[in-house]
Amino acid sequence: MVREEFDNMGEDMVIDGAGTEQKPSSEFPDGFNANYLKIYYGKLFPYADMHKWMSYGNDGKHPGCDQSYFGRREFSFTLDNDIYLRFQSFNNVAELENAIKEKCPFKIDIGPVYSVDPAKRHAYAQSGDNIFTPVERELIFDIDISDYDDVRFCCSGADVCSECWPLMTVAIKVIDTALRVVVVVSIVGFVMVKQEGKGNENSLKKVTFAGRSLHPFLGRSYAEVLKDFFEEKYILSQNLFSDEERYEKILEMIPDESTTSELRGKWLDNKRSRDDINVVRWGQLKHMLQSGKQKVQGIHRSVEEIVFSFTYPRLDLEVSKHMNHLLKAPFCVHPKTGRVCVPIDPKHCEEFDPSAVPTLSKLLEELNMGASGTGGEEELENTSLGKSIRYFRSSFLQPLLKSCKEASNSRF
Amino acid sequence: MEIVGSRGKSSVSSAGDAFTDIQLYRSAPELEVRLEDFELYAVHRLRVLKGISDGLSRGKKPNEMEDLVNKLWEANMKRSEASEFINKDIISHFVLRLVYCREEELRKWFLSMETTLFRYRFQRESPEGQRALLAEFNLPYKAVSGAEYESVKDKLKQATRSTGQSLLSADTIFYKVPFEQVPDLVASRRVFILKGYAYVAMNQVVSLLVTQYRSNLSKALVLTNRKWTSMIREQEKDRLTPIVEALSTSYLGPDYSQPRECAEISLKDIDQVAKSSFPLCMRHLFEKLREDHHLKHGGRMQLGLFLKGVGLKLDDALAFWKAEFSRKVGAERFDKEYAYSIRHNYGKEGKRTDYTPYSCQKIISSTPGVGDHHGCPYRHFSEENLRAALNKMGVGNRAVEDVMDKVRSRHYQLACTLTFEAVHGASCDAGINHPNQYYIDSQKILESRQ
Repeated sequence: MVREEFDNMGEDMVIDGAGTEQKPSSEFPDGFNANYLKIYYGKLFPYADMHKWMSYGNDGKHPGCDQSYFGRREFSFTLDNDIYLRFQSFNNVAELENAIKEKCPFKIDIGPVYSVDPAKRHAYAQSGDNIFTPVERELIFDIDISDYDDVRFCCSGADVCSECWPLMTVAIKVIDTALRVVVVVSIVGFVMVKQEGKGNENSLKKVTFAGRSLHPFLGRSYAEVLKDFFEEKYILSQNLFSDEERYEKILEMIPDESTTSELRGKWLDNKRSRDDINVVRWGQLKHMLQSGKQKVQGIHRSVEEIVFSFTYPRLDLEVSKHMNHLLKAPFCVHPKTGRVCVPIDPKHCEEFDPSAVPTLSKLLEELNMGASGTGGEEELENTSLGKSIRYFRSSFLQPLLKSCKEASNSRF
Repeated sequence: MEIVGSRGKSSVSSAGDAFTDIQLYRSAPELEVRLEDFELYAVHRLRVLKGISDGLSRGKKPNEMEDLVNKLWEANMKRSEASEFINKDIISHFVLRLVYCREEELRKWFLSMETTLFRYRFQRESPEGQRALLAEFNLPYKAVSGAEYESVKDKLKQATRSTGQSLLSADTIFYKVPFEQVPDLVASRRVFILKGYAYVAMNQVVSLLVTQYRSNLSKALVLTNRKWTSMIREQEKDRLTPIVEALSTSYLGPDYSQPRECAEISLKDIDQVAKSSFPLCMRHLFEKLREDHHLKHGGRMQLGLFLKGVGLKLDDALAFWKAEFSRKVGAERFDKEYAYSIRHNYGKEGKRTDYTPYSCQKIISSTPGVGDHHGCPYRHFSEENLRAALNKMGVGNRAVEDVMDKVRSRHYQLACTLTFEAVHGASCDAGINHPNQYYIDSQKILESRQ
């Protein structure tokens, strides 16, 4: 069994659009601060679920259970004054809960499972041999929206809007298929978290296909996800063909001068038509490239190359490769935006609206208006976060634990 | 493996797999070997490996390599009896392991050549043979067939076409392999993957087997080296060790010490023949001798023995050298100081060993000093001098560049071969390994044109 995590989103994510609703005389105005966090950690943060997840079935009484497992997992806390605490570890859920409530970290990150308890690592460093070393961690695929800056024209950097967010949706679908169908990973988690922003580049990163046909997986991605998204949504929302600078970028990707000149000539004409200009021009481009009259080698692949260049998932290789990457913990709150990191259901990822993710202040407001503050399951359930927690439990945690149990049973 | 004295006989090995002769050399065989076969078999196999090395340096394409390997194998390793053939294969491989385990460079070379040999032998095998070998490797791959094959057939075709490979025949076999065992094929998108299994075509399986073979042999060589240094070398210092140590540096062609009967050369022809048929190393020595009327010892040996191999009789040789040297040192000094060693070379003095002309390998590894003119010009000349010499030989500009290219990558014999080809306007497939071979081949071509 392979356990996967899927990081998403950029640093300092600011979402335009529906966003912030103004509540009349709110007791909890929008924001992020230590007081809010204290309440959140006191009443809403799902300690038991996190502990169950991180234990991977080792917290039972079964003879196959490794009692030291949870204690060897690294957590890192970033405190209010930017103090950064690495190599935190806890032996059980109570210690985890107490530490978080007490320290009230602004950020919580999850590191790998080490060979020994991280808190005791210095004891082993003396012996010469590198005994303190990471031995296990979730396989992470990290997608940063700012990596798409060369193919989106509505936002840049960490900004995201409803026009370019669908690029993430598309990425989720492609990766989900890859993991479930191709590689047969049974339990996959998609979570929206933060990531460092990357540098901006103006040149368009182009995809090239050799060969006479697309590899089956690419063909499937194209047919099932990318083609329709590009033709029916993206060229329209991004006005890829109505703006000369933008369509020039696309024409640059076609290796045949005579084709591009002809298209350029057609488009400078600026004829009006009933249909959307992006649709018309994309149609013209496709027709020229796929008509079969082309003499230049491989030019009929140009259509797919364009679509893939714009929409195929862009991953950060380094994050997946290295074991010591610190993963932002789900159900943590993003300090800049006040939004909670929540899981995304790949089966319904098209309906996911990043601007509707609950904020800290909203949750506290809901808590306030609910039953008298006794805390506990019922309160959590009734907030906007309840839905996310329920999804987390049913689609991720329970199948995961079941799978862990089966694995340990089969070993005995 | 038991090495026995001359009286012992090689015993018959087990028949081996009915489908294939290819061996995996997993462990030293339970065979007895005669001492003379120990060396002989190794030499024959070494010819194959060096031929492969040559082919690779010349940049031969895969189909050319396949032919070459087959030719080399047939010419050197075949035996009349099947069982003897397999024995020779196995024995020669293990002897060469001893020879080539001893240093990093040697190990690398041997590994590379044996792996190439394996690859091309495998590719020539029948499908049954290949399947049998696959089974021997004991890898957990299952062939895809029947309904399962039907269900993925189109996807498999698509995957093959996407890599630009030639279309597979209808009966190409695919194997289901856990995807994590073929990371290269996955990363380069050359396989279709479903439910954790990669569908690997037979020709891709070859790569896997070759990798496995290489890895096994590499480990074995390290172990062999340990055994050699800790135990075998000492134990065998009077018997096998000298043979083993000599084998890695040996030249393997004919020794040209006995010139063929018709291959005589007379003094009046010698200048003409030097221009037309001498390799550059000998041409240079010859010209220097004519110029300076003298050559130092290294040059006298290299040129003198070459001339002997070419067919210069002793009396003619004495006359030849005397004619030149007496113009510098006088006739008496020649008789007193130089004649003896010429007679010595012809086996008429002292030990009466008939010395053999030097091979390219020996000449290349010599170390000419100031005032010396022997050695291999492709190695020992400056670029400028070499270009000038080639131009003088009549080698065209384009060919000179090709030659210099080989020189830069230190393939001196290939450089000489290219020179031969340029000068004679004919190809030399075997490659130059010996100055006398150059001469003979050159004469052959010239005679055939008269």
